[in-house]
Amino acid sequence: MHEIVIHLYQVMFAIGIFVLISLGLAVIFGMMRVINLAQGEFIMLGAYFCLFATQLGLDFWLAVLCAGLGVGLFGILVERLLIRFLYGRIMDTLLATWGLSLFMVGLVTSVFGPQEAGVDAKLGKVTFGAYSIAEYNLVLIAVAGALLALTFAIWRYTRFGLVARSVMQNPTMAAALGVNPRKYYMLTFGFGSALTGVAGAMLAPLVGNQPTMGSFYVAKAFVTVISGGPAPLTGTLYASTLFGATDGLISYRTTQVLGEIGVLLIAIVLLRMLPLGITGHSARRA
Amino acid sequence: MLEIRALRAGYGAINILNGVELSVAQGEVVGILGHNGMGKTTLLRSLIGELPASAGEIRFDGAEIAGWQSHRRSLAGLGYVPQGRAIFPDLTVLENLRMGEAMRPGPSAIPEILGHFPALGDLLNRPGSGLSGGQQQILALARCLVGRPKLVMLDEPTEGIQPSIVEEIAATLARLRRELGLTILLVEQDLRFIEALADRVLIIQKGRISAEIAPSELRRPDILEAHLGL
Repeated sequence: MHEIVIHLYQVMFAIGIFVLISLGLAVIFGMMRVINLAQGEFIMLGAYFCLFATQLGLDFWLAVLCAGLGVGLFGILVERLLIRFLYGRIMDTLLATWGLSLFMVGLVTSVFGPQEAGVDAKLGKVTFGAYSIAEYNLVLIAVAGALLALTFAIWRYTRFGLVARSVMQNPTMAAALGVNPRKYYMLTFGFGSALTGVAGAMLAPLVGNQPTMGSFYVAKAFVTVISGGPAPLTGTLYASTLFGATDGLISYRTTQVLGEIGVLLIAIVLLRMLPLGITGHSARRA
Repeated sequence: MLEIRALRAGYGAINILNGVELSVAQGEVVGILGHNGMGKTTLLRSLIGELPASAGEIRFDGAEIAGWQSHRRSLAGLGYVPQGRAIFPDLTVLENLRMGEAMRPGPSAIPEILGHFPALGDLLNRPGSGLSGGQQQILALARCLVGRPKLVMLDEPTEGIQPSIVEEIAATLARLRRELGLTILLVEQDLRFIEALADRVLIIQKGRISAEIAPSELRRPDILEAHLGL
């Protein structure tokens, strides 16, 4: 019995991690079609916002909020200065965002140094039979679920979400109905960045934070969103569930390296069989 | 309501409109007739602001709007139903309608407009991509009217639509015009449709308004031949 619950926990935790690192990209790449190679560095920036804010003495959860806000504003700045000139130009976007990622690594290294730094969320452990589970990991699962639900609700049920969806489908027609498409591109990019910032802050207590940590996440995020297919949010949930379950079970039974190899193999087989992704055949997209 | 003077516009270096002059008065339905490639769609696209005007004036409701961006023109009261309808495929019918008024303050016009288009009432949760051409045309018109435009611009509403639905759309437009007092600028190739609705008919040729005829003259082959070479 305890064994089953602990497996379930491992799987849920792995799914939560996948959701966190992919959700921002589901908005930025899945909805806006912007291939942001600096996505990993946006996560890193979120972690460093959190690190810096807690070092200033801020409560951890306030620091997470700061990271969301800070990276969201940073995203808006990047959209204004860089991305908005590159919509629809894939190669240029790749180069520009790759350059941005190098710039961000350099900037954070020169401010904080290259060494690893930790963040303490100041939460305890719960014991469960012979096992003990970090409370923080349970909270992380809940936060990942809440962020996904929040994003889905905003996208599906608010005026902002409605207008943003219409702009992503046909900006010219949206403009003919009174919408300023540039504003919604900017806000949507900022929203995706904010989600990424929160993700980075949530990861900060779990990993050694380094300026180069982003490269560890960017590929996973893209694999998840691409496997999800044309409905970015539900697709990301499905793909995260599949990859999280694989990763959680294999990593727990063997090693983390084998877990990641398992995820990669499943992704290859999945995209071979469903080239459009898991949601490639559904009619509604959200 | 709308005054256009010496309007020039086109794609890059190629001018399609070569000095269009026309005016539309409040409550009037003006039809524009012309062959493909004469500038009908280009005219409407430059009026809504999708294409910048390279020269000339567009006065709408007292303001000079030639330099305005598309969304500002829409908010000023220019309604636009483009060629091909441009229904948002992944939004439901109701969401498409809500987009018509998403940027406008005040109470929703959707219940009232649905009263004029009862056929849409059964389709509200259908995705836009799941509608027939005729249904999409009706939705595009309803979406435009939900924004309570002062002037409605229609680009070939009969294109690719079954004849029976064309008659239905003509009847609906004629009725709405009476009930809502619509002002309409209509670009068409379907002679019967234009005759059924328009107060005046302008002929567009090579990017200019070349003549004005009465709707009744659309039935006279000699006049059409003289103006259009039909």
